[in-house]
Amino acid sequence: MVDPRTPTLAALGLLAALAAAPGARAQQAPTPPAAAAQAAEIRLGLIYRPAPAPSSYDAQAAPEDEGLAGARLAIQDNATTGRFVRQSYALDAMALRPAAPGEPPPQSATDAARDLAARGLRFLVLALPADEVLAVADALKGSGVMLFNASAPDDRLRGAECRADLFHVAPSRAMQTDALAQFLAFMRWRKLFLITGPQEGDKLWAEAMKRSAKKFGLQLAAERPWTFGPLARARGDTPTRAEALVFTRGLDYDVAVVADEAGDFGDYVPFHTVDPRPVVGTQGLIPTTWHPTLEVWGAAQAQNRFRRLAGRLMRPLDYQVWAAMRAVGEAAFQKKTTDPAALAAAIADPAFTLPGYKGVALSFRPWDHQLRQPLLLVQPQALVAVAPEQGYLHQRTPLDTLGIDLPETQCRLTKS
Amino acid sequence: MSRHRIRPARAAALAAALLAAAPAHAATVYVSNEKGNSVSVIDVDTLKVTATWPVGRRPRGIAVGKDGSLLYVCASDDDRIDVVDTKTGKIVRSLRSGPDPEQFIAHPSGNPLYVANEDDSQVTVLDIEKNKVLAEVPVGVEPEGMGLSPDGSILVNTSETTNMAHFIDTKTFQVIDNVLVDARPRFAEFSRDGKWLWVSAEVGGTVSVIDVETRKVVKKITFKIPGVTDEQIQPVGVRLTMDGTKAFVALGPANRVAVVDARSYEVQKYLPVGQRVWQLAFTPDQKLLFTTNGTSNDVSVIDVEALKVTKSIPVGLLPWGVAISPQ
Repeated sequence: MVDPRTPTLAALGLLAALAAAPGARAQQAPTPPAAAAQAAEIRLGLIYRPAPAPSSYDAQAAPEDEGLAGARLAIQDNATTGRFVRQSYALDAMALRPAAPGEPPPQSATDAARDLAARGLRFLVLALPADEVLAVADALKGSGVMLFNASAPDDRLRGAECRADLFHVAPSRAMQTDALAQFLAFMRWRKLFLITGPQEGDKLWAEAMKRSAKKFGLQLAAERPWTFGPLARARGDTPTRAEALVFTRGLDYDVAVVADEAGDFGDYVPFHTVDPRPVVGTQGLIPTTWHPTLEVWGAAQAQNRFRRLAGRLMRPLDYQVWAAMRAVGEAAFQKKTTDPAALAAAIADPAFTLPGYKGVALSFRPWDHQLRQPLLLVQPQALVAVAPEQGYLHQRTPLDTLGIDLPETQCRLTKS
Repeated sequence: MSRHRIRPARAAALAAALLAAAPAHAATVYVSNEKGNSVSVIDVDTLKVTATWPVGRRPRGIAVGKDGSLLYVCASDDDRIDVVDTKTGKIVRSLRSGPDPEQFIAHPSGNPLYVANEDDSQVTVLDIEKNKVLAEVPVGVEPEGMGLSPDGSILVNTSETTNMAHFIDTKTFQVIDNVLVDARPRFAEFSRDGKWLWVSAEVGGTVSVIDVETRKVVKKITFKIPGVTDEQIQPVGVRLTMDGTKAFVALGPANRVAVVDARSYEVQKYLPVGQRVWQLAFTPDQKLLFTTNGTSNDVSVIDVEALKVTKSIPVGLLPWGVAISPQ
């Protein structure tokens, strides 16, 4: 299935700075030590959709190199280690952009993926929506290309529609809402008021939240759809404000949970509820993989390296792309090989671990290829907690208290 | 810093000092407080904090100079190493450590200093007297642990993201070999005979013992503690006793120090200490071992012979490193 948006988008193909000059595609490691004779090269691919140019003033616009800058850091980190084991790393990034008038027809994600595969790349990181991820996985089935999903949170990609060659670095919605629910249970804020946005992702996020509430003994005290439009984006008073203010009246709840993946209204809700209640979910207190305030577990060093490289703060998508490309590098160092088949087998091995500045090693779940990882619970300016919370135990690892566990998985992996 | 950082020369000096009928302890403990931007001074006889000295920002690695009169403290966020007069507690000068110094170790002669620059993927070789950088050795990502062979010929640096122990020739400043260990290696400690190198891996949860001659990992020590998840077992600081029989391993958020038989590699005991224990240091007579406990803001004192924790001493915010002077 192809994302309905795809036809309206065109590819600019090989992108910007990285492909500009042959020597510029990877950060060359400084003076390699004597041993680095001829290094074997691993080329890593990234297919992403740069955020559309923001309006003339948007304080929180996503940077155009979101995700790409994470890839550059991973290539640099891999290369630094690689020169000690005679491996070099290079990045091929494909930016898919909307068609501009008079330009050739848009390139689809699958075209871009086939193109990279034809150039010999065997590891592709996708920062794309779920439908495009699936389309790429199906187009490359059996080609020996390993795919990393760095952004789509959809549980179906880890469930009924899982694919043997597709690994997920982005946490699923179920992991995100489990992390949040553990925190709420830990705080004993048990009565939830769930406010769900109009978009498909919002509904899926709300479903995941309901499942998590049940799993961790929380109660859905009230539920309302959000029908007042993108008030968070309006950033000011509008005729609907009065209505939006009173719709929380007369409810008995501990905490408001907003399901708004697009960020249209969630940031409007805090301080606009009738009763003084905290707001959590996709805005307010959120579960995420990375945040500027994370500095423990060596994260400060990664934050600094990233900022020097990109001139901005590292965002969750940058971290997720970084983690995917570091997984390939890590496997290559551990196995001392650049052979794609051996690396794919090493990454899929349940014993494979990846350090990722979270205090514990990360690994891929064998039943659905989801990366096990602690999730940060953050408010805009502070780290509040890290899930799994203390005391949530599991027979394998506390990390498996987040997301879909082996007994409940709908994923049936068959080797392509 | 007991026998670790400035090893053989210090050990010799120490033996001489001991023979010269020094009192049993009469040593001073210095603890760097990473978030307190200070050094806590503890008297070993009374086990009391006698002073707290302000130093540069984010003090981490810490070591005592050859004769105990000077203390070296990495001020990581100020990109320098502060030299503190241990009589007055005042910073007498600052050294050009290169960016973000974390751990360092001195040549047996007391000079030069080998500094891990955590943010910059290099080891800086620094002449202390001339305050001059002699060499910058490129290593892996996030260099941290620093070990020096007792004869001073081989420097080992561990890089936390590259997950290797880099063997560096101290004459040529060339990396001569790289040994892959488990994730996030934090600390490197040579045995006194120079034959074995112990490297802790914080995220990997193991300690690798490397044969220095063949540069092969001969043993990976793992830890199991009832009631503590494997994820909480995060080895950081490692210290070997001078007689080579025992190793002490700080296990981070497991809040324990493991006692390991250094010959059979069996874990003999887990000693409960403060929270998030990272670095360790022996008193010169090796009767006591001090641990820095980051989140409980204290130092635990271990009786090495009895293998018991005898005291905890509150220090500054987020204690990181510890060094002990025979003075």
